[in-house]
Amino acid sequence: MMEDKRKTYSYVLPKREEYEQKLAARHRIGEIASRFFFAANAFALLVLFLLALNVSNSAFGLVVYTYAVEPDSLSDRPLYELSEPELVNLLVEKVPNRLRVVMRDTLSQVENRLFTTAPLREVLRGRTFDPEIADLTVNDLTPEQIALLLSDNLSQTELAAVIERQIIQPNVTRSWQLFDSLLNREQIERDVAERFPNGDLAWRSWISWDFVVSSVSSNPTFAGLRTALLGTFWVLLVTVITALPIGVGAAIYLEEYANDSWINRTIQTNIRNLAGVPSIIYGMLGLAVFVRVFEEFTSGRFLGITDTNGRTVMSAGLTLALVILPVIIVNAQEALKAVPSSLREASYGMGATKWQTVSRVVMPNAIGGIMTGLILSMSRAIGETAPLIVVGASTFIGIDPNGIFSKFTVVPIQIYQWTGRPELEFKNAAAGAILVLLITLLLMNSIAIYIRQRASVRL
Amino acid sequence: MNNIEDRIEAQMTLDKEFVALQLEHVNIYYGPNLAVADVTMQIHKNKITSFIGPSGCGKTTVLRSLNRMNDLIPGARVEGSVLYNGENLYSHQVDPVQVRRNIGMVFQKPNPFPKSIYDNIAYGPRLLGVTKKSVLDEIVERSLRGAALWDEVKNDLKKSGLALSGGQQQRLCIARTIAIEPDIILMDEPCSALDPISTQRIEELMRELQSKYTIIIVTHNMSQAQRVSDYCAFYSIRKDETEVGKEKRWGTLVEFDSTEKMFTSPASVETRDYIAGRFG
Repeated sequence: MMEDKRKTYSYVLPKREEYEQKLAARHRIGEIASRFFFAANAFALLVLFLLALNVSNSAFGLVVYTYAVEPDSLSDRPLYELSEPELVNLLVEKVPNRLRVVMRDTLSQVENRLFTTAPLREVLRGRTFDPEIADLTVNDLTPEQIALLLSDNLSQTELAAVIERQIIQPNVTRSWQLFDSLLNREQIERDVAERFPNGDLAWRSWISWDFVVSSVSSNPTFAGLRTALLGTFWVLLVTVITALPIGVGAAIYLEEYANDSWINRTIQTNIRNLAGVPSIIYGMLGLAVFVRVFEEFTSGRFLGITDTNGRTVMSAGLTLALVILPVIIVNAQEALKAVPSSLREASYGMGATKWQTVSRVVMPNAIGGIMTGLILSMSRAIGETAPLIVVGASTFIGIDPNGIFSKFTVVPIQIYQWTGRPELEFKNAAAGAILVLLITLLLMNSIAIYIRQRASVRL
Repeated sequence: MNNIEDRIEAQMTLDKEFVALQLEHVNIYYGPNLAVADVTMQIHKNKITSFIGPSGCGKTTVLRSLNRMNDLIPGARVEGSVLYNGENLYSHQVDPVQVRRNIGMVFQKPNPFPKSIYDNIAYGPRLLGVTKKSVLDEIVERSLRGAALWDEVKNDLKKSGLALSGGQQQRLCIARTIAIEPDIILMDEPCSALDPISTQRIEELMRELQSKYTIIIVTHNMSQAQRVSDYCAFYSIRKDETEVGKEKRWGTLVEFDSTEKMFTSPASVETRDYIAGRFG
């Protein structure tokens, strides 16, 4: 101790003037740094804005509708204002020879090839019809009878929609982008008058409720996202059901039970690395394991389902579960780490066992963080395309997936498929789908933020 | 030193009925490092025993070894024996969960669960399998009364335990501990985060609890030790500087006697210097 006091030091702290000079420079550096950080944020916002603008540019705009049958030639009033008898009359008078097709597409319960030969009791099973005609076939019916059947079974709006879609067949022949539509309106009007004398120029929003609930179609005018949305829903369901318990379980083991051995440290490091593995690698794993090796299981054949191979919702869901598992584990670990150890001590100090402490104190306090991590990883899964292409998502399917052993497509793949189609209008539909996807993501992230805030208020 | 051992020897011969805990040659290690060496002492039933000493002397370590809270620290190891009802707490048949149920603990920083006041108190009984609402209601009321908190919170038992003031939170933690009716309550500097008025209330509370529980309190506050405790143990640091660059430090029990004796005529000079504020 005494030696220290006698020691002399050679350095001197800066003099006051020198120090004040340097102070200004220190503040200046801080100022530059903070401006840079602001610019980084502004840049990010700008890019986001451009993205939204770009998508909106394709998702809204002017279109020209042309018709197979001119709507004005059917009635002088708009279709949806006509009463049901008027609509039936219209069908019988104007398009008697198309009624069978309309009936087939709206009422038939049998396969198309049986439609004309099967007795009506089969064709119309579950629909309202006169028992007297039960043994007849469609070919025996007069147009009036078919029109009556249609009006008995469909509401006025449905009937009007049928007429619009089946008979008038409006078709977007040309579309313009939003900016074009806003800036060159006159030019576009001249063009349309010249090239589509019978066409109607109208504004169209490619994202609409109809767009969300309609099934896919080869006609971009009617193409909708329902099939893909249902596919996304089913795939995510499988993903969450498998990834959540496994991920949270692994996190609890690593945080609460595992001791600090080199095996556990290796596991820990590798989980963090796995979070960064490109998702297509998981797709190849999924193809090899879920689609091929476990085909018996993923195709549902073990339950007696025979019409599928391994390229099902099940395989896709399990593959996406692999993709998001590391993210869920890491997030759940962070959430568990954030629970103060004083609470664990309090619990142990009361004579709680490990499991009682984990289940009654640690988990309830970590659940907010765990759910946030889950939702954020789900929003990653919802946008994954590559692994699902490898696993075999169908790019075009007309049937809605109705369970975990169905063939499926998902929204990003639907977007990918639409953007690759030659018809330009599908690009507009793709933009609409992108908006739907973005809105869904935004909603999920908002829910995550809400949960996180509620959890932090409670603590 | 001989003198102290003689005293301890004499105290050990006291009727076992009056002894709650008996520490015999307790060494505590953190990994390879000795943290506390050779503690032999006894804790008297229904008395308040205070542990005093400079920072790093191992008094908290000893306290935490008394209900096996040290088990939670990886690498912690205890040699020697801690006898509770004639059984060594560290023998293999003893379940630490059972130990902690009988020997409760109140921590330095109030740590109520982020649950309602009611659920905080009911936590312990629920662990033990009590589920009946009427029984829990009764336990909650009795424990809160026992911790002198009932009158302040009886109308908002549904309120979060974290909404209480620091002193109330600490009394809630005491109430939570006595809800499962332990034999012994260990208190690790329970007032160090509290203002003087809250401190006073906790001290009064300790005096009230004394009739039912044996209390051991670690404190840095000399006058608190003098005010509340019946017995006082002074721990200090020993150093080994024989190996250059590998200085070893550990804590040890210097002196243990009735508080009155410790504060008026301690046997050891070190104790007297510490109590007089000459070091530490």
